[in-house]
Amino acid sequence: MYSDKVMDHFTNPRNVGEIADADGVGEVGNSRCGDIMKIWIKVENDVITDIKFKTFGCGAAIATSSVITELAIGKTLTEAEEITNQAVASALEGLPPLKMHCSNLAADALKSAIEDYRKNTATTAS
Amino acid sequence: MGQIYMDHAATTAVRREVAEAMKPFFTSKFGNSSSVYDLGREARRGLDQARDKIFKLLGAERAEEIIFTSGGSEANNLAIKGVAWAYANKGKHIITSSIEHPAVLDTANWLTQFGFELTVLPVDEYGLVDSQKVASALRPDTILVSIMHANNEIGTIQPISEIGKIVRQHGALFHTDAVQTAGSLDLDVDELNVDLLSISAHKFYGPKGVGALYVRRGVRLEPLIHGGAQEKRRRAGTENVAGIVGMATALELAQTERKVESARLTKLRDKLIKGLQIIPDTKVNGDLENRLSNNVNVCFKYIEGESLLLNLDLKGIAASSGSACTSGSLDPSHVLLAMGLSHEIAHGSLRLTLGRENTEADVDYLLEVVPEIVERLRAMSPLYQ
Repeated sequence: MYSDKVMDHFTNPRNVGEIADADGVGEVGNSRCGDIMKIWIKVENDVITDIKFKTFGCGAAIATSSVITELAIGKTLTEAEEITNQAVASALEGLPPLKMHCSNLAADALKSAIEDYRKNTATTAS
Repeated sequence: MGQIYMDHAATTAVRREVAEAMKPFFTSKFGNSSSVYDLGREARRGLDQARDKIFKLLGAERAEEIIFTSGGSEANNLAIKGVAWAYANKGKHIITSSIEHPAVLDTANWLTQFGFELTVLPVDEYGLVDSQKVASALRPDTILVSIMHANNEIGTIQPISEIGKIVRQHGALFHTDAVQTAGSLDLDVDELNVDLLSISAHKFYGPKGVGALYVRRGVRLEPLIHGGAQEKRRRAGTENVAGIVGMATALELAQTERKVESARLTKLRDKLIKGLQIIPDTKVNGDLENRLSNNVNVCFKYIEGESLLLNLDLKGIAASSGSACTSGSLDPSHVLLAMGLSHEIAHGSLRLTLGRENTEADVDYLLEVVPEIVERLRAMSPLYQ
């Protein structure tokens, strides 16, 4: 059902955890449909220097969260924002059709963390 | 690493004795049981003997009360649609419960587009149907009530005999889906007060693709499949003689060994439940008293079922879950939701159903592996503090 790449990220997820002094936190999904992703980011000079995630969900949900942390780290915020859910699925060598919509939310979670960071910095500046 | 199969409610392996009994009907006794020559008569004898065994094992009165089908789903469809069409001039009201298998629930729902009315009864937090609720739902135009004998997900055994008495006194027909209980509980159609009862061979170590519907003498049925005189014109199609012989052999074996095996499984089940309950934030689903001897169903809060199953699979354990991902829809198990569980908790359910091959060593292995997996997934969960 799942590609080897998905199973690799599912069994050895990268960057699991929280960042206590995160600059931005994003959360998407809801427990009703069975998938919740939360992403924490550290930002220095507009570059994501650290990223961590926690996910409640199926194998695909955990693997997409894990792989997006690898895709996003070291990227500028603008670059990171351009990562699509489709790109996440491709990085995992594909997802089963049923999982494309319900469990492929990692890019949305990252965007939400970046928005949160921008909101935080905007308030600090003013 | 060996495989530990704990999904016997999904399907079971065909027993060696059953496979042996079936073999001749694939090769030397391959005749069509409707043919007049010896080969046909040989197949007919196999079919008749199997039917005799099954009607007696179910406590029925006559062989003709058994209709062979392609499995439990067809038996349930035939019971519900067959009765609905045959009795539509008498009434169009049907009663069922919220925890039925989709083969009953979806079938009954499908009928509503043709003017049939459906009452779906709720269950309590243990998944039990209240017989008094059945009594109050009965109407003059109620033609059929269908309540399952035991639930496939949570193993709760319903008070079928009591419900049947109420329904039949009222003058409606009573069907029970006994797919999960055939082979593990004593089935006697008179004691159960049922007019129709469905079974499926592959749930009791028989082959897939064969089942039966018991239909009490005098109950009319409109057939679903037309085109032949088989099964007294109630189900056309050349009989699956090998499968039917396998089903009869499997049911006979299960019935003979039932008491000893059930006691053995109950012990293993209780050890499993007790061991899993030690894990914090774990909820046991279903009724602990009125429960199938092989069923364990628990919810681990803060984690999702599919990721649990994938981890178990990596450890060589085959199990099942009522999570949305495994149900193929966006909602988790309709049974757990009907019992009042929240979506969030229902997503984290694990069903283990024990069977003949399982040993105490399997249970011990499971109890060693599951807590680690739950802990690992919780460490990853944003819901777990």
